[in-house]
Amino acid sequence: MSNQPFTHLDVLESESIHIMREVAAECKNPALLFSGGKDSIVMLRLAEKAFRPARFPFPLVHIDTEHNFPEVIACRDKLASDLGERLIVRSLDGSIKKGTIVLKNADQGRNAFQSVTLLETIAEFGFDACIGGARRDEEKARAKERIFSFRDEFGQWDPKNQRPELWDTYNTRVHAGENIRVFPISNWTEMDIWEYISREKLYIPDIYYAHEREVIRRDNGILPVSHLVQPRSGETVEKLMVRFRTVGDMTCTCPVESHARNAQEIIEETAITRITERGATRMDDQTSEASMELRKKEGYF
Amino acid sequence: MSNTTQLLRFITAGSVDDGKSTLIGRLLHDSKSIFEDQLSAITKTSERRGGMGAVDLSLLTDGLQAEREQGITIDVAYRYFATPKRKFIIGDTPGHEQYTRNMVTAASTANLAIILIDARKGVLTQTRRHTFIASLVGVPHIVLAVNKMDMVGYSEETFDAICAEYRAFAAQLGVHEMTCIPMSALNGDMVVERGENLNWYQGSPLLELLENVVIDHDINTTDFRYPVQWVCRPQTQEYHDFRGYMGRIESGEIAAGDEITILPSGRTTKVKEIVTYDGNLQRAYAPQSVTLTLTDEIDISRGDMFVKSATMPQASKEFEAMLCWLSESPLDLSRKYIIKHTTRVVKCLFARLEYRVDVNTLEQHNSATLNMNDIARVAMKVQQPLVFDSYIKNRFTGSFIVIDEATNNTVAAGMII
Repeated sequence: MSNQPFTHLDVLESESIHIMREVAAECKNPALLFSGGKDSIVMLRLAEKAFRPARFPFPLVHIDTEHNFPEVIACRDKLASDLGERLIVRSLDGSIKKGTIVLKNADQGRNAFQSVTLLETIAEFGFDACIGGARRDEEKARAKERIFSFRDEFGQWDPKNQRPELWDTYNTRVHAGENIRVFPISNWTEMDIWEYISREKLYIPDIYYAHEREVIRRDNGILPVSHLVQPRSGETVEKLMVRFRTVGDMTCTCPVESHARNAQEIIEETAITRITERGATRMDDQTSEASMELRKKEGYF
Repeated sequence: MSNTTQLLRFITAGSVDDGKSTLIGRLLHDSKSIFEDQLSAITKTSERRGGMGAVDLSLLTDGLQAEREQGITIDVAYRYFATPKRKFIIGDTPGHEQYTRNMVTAASTANLAIILIDARKGVLTQTRRHTFIASLVGVPHIVLAVNKMDMVGYSEETFDAICAEYRAFAAQLGVHEMTCIPMSALNGDMVVERGENLNWYQGSPLLELLENVVIDHDINTTDFRYPVQWVCRPQTQEYHDFRGYMGRIESGEIAAGDEITILPSGRTTKVKEIVTYDGNLQRAYAPQSVTLTLTDEIDISRGDMFVKSATMPQASKEFEAMLCWLSESPLDLSRKYIIKHTTRVVKCLFARLEYRVDVNTLEQHNSATLNMNDIARVAMKVQQPLVFDSYIKNRFTGSFIVIDEATNNTVAAGMII
């Protein structure tokens, strides 16, 4: 590697491609979880780099909470269709109709319920591996998770009993009914994602960039006003310049105030921000110290 | 930053008592990599536990509920931080004796190991253990961080004595690429800043060393090794006859037109093109992931290895290896296991247990089995030949994992001698 300097992004990219190819080669029936969010859009580009000029050796799967921002769903559909890859969508509403998800009230946050529909979808198609775009820097439970993360037949993660993972030699073996979650961008940070989006000129939903939006202030956060979130008495609607650092369930995903209009300006903001990505944007992660760990134990990706 | 920054992976070995969490906390804090919400969360937890005003920085890395409840570290935690010069991945491993397997795991991908000692205590059994494991797993660079210098009056004599003892020990293990740094993680001396208290020390503070240590040669740059991961056959109109061999260059380099040998068959051919999504390349280097097309049609599948070298790898059904047993179920010499080596998966059995190494004294003992955390030299037999180099020459083609077919667990890590 003497002539050509390899940057950290080159090394991370090569690692991710290597991981995706291992899944394709060793797993019988894998799927790529794709939501239309920035991390999963990076995953699509990595899959292109891993498998072109052939098609992807797996379908794209989205577990739709029906609480997604419309811009994100539009981007999801556009990218899947531009790439000519198969997109499978399964909705939480399907599980609600079947009675496998029971909501306390119609507009409550739905992130935690994604596990149910995800496990039903895995069973429906017999997936033995689901490739996801989670990163270790996102959350402290994720920091302990393997790249190839084994789940038992109930979809459960057992953090105290994980398979050791050495070198780049991944153990992909499962028995029937069990599956593996694979995280090719485990070692990427929020900053790496933005630098990659900038370098690769990736198309992402425009709500990631600064725009004027009606918001209300609730529970120490800013919430976007939508058909799911309406001002309660005493709350006033404000218009702010904001962008989303993550795009999840509209009822609990908060934007941050920002004037960054492109990836480069977001990189500059990310370099000086003093709040973590999830800390700034996800109300459901702050309910307890172990929110994410508990969700993962129940089958969340 | 994105145009030139390199990635450095390092591990920290030492116990909480040596100030390991304080050191990591200091690196993250002084490089401005701790976020306000993280700090406020661990401050709250520290207060709830009745911590006496001090924020417990170990809470940053203890990600699991059980760890926070019990105040212990169970597993390797990965943390990320960056300076304008480099991006860093820290593999933080627990220091307890029973966690040899975690250190082996984290060390397997590390460029550098920081071995932490308390200046008051000097070189301890655990220091020797950590150094042995780092050398066994072939971590290319070792830094001895002599911490708590404030507790010994910042004494140069104390530091020199510790370094001399440590260097003598490390030399026995064949460790030569090492640096000793005196520091006080608590006061911040020689971690990120030089501080005022260690002016007699001529070397760099820790972070400066992490930013500048040369890692270009941590990968073997001479022997081209390319395990085939996946055969790409698009079978579309446009790419009707395309047959590409996808993989990652684990070591060395390759150019279009180079003659290569395909192992284990031994057939030779030439590289026609180096295909990537971003266009064809004239030349590619480890650790790039690429797709190679060849001038001849040859039957090639996953598990084959392309090589180009004056020194060929070995292809054999028998070899000896150093093994770290990782599983709670002991080794059963009467059973067959599975080996995954590069992209090849084969059945194996343990022909002989040569000896077990006491990681504390480095003495060799006879042993009838292996238990979790044991390190041993073994002779192995495999069903089909593996194509390998010695681990010392090549970390990627010299390593393997052992899988128990009954449970599918990874039960051992091996390094071929």
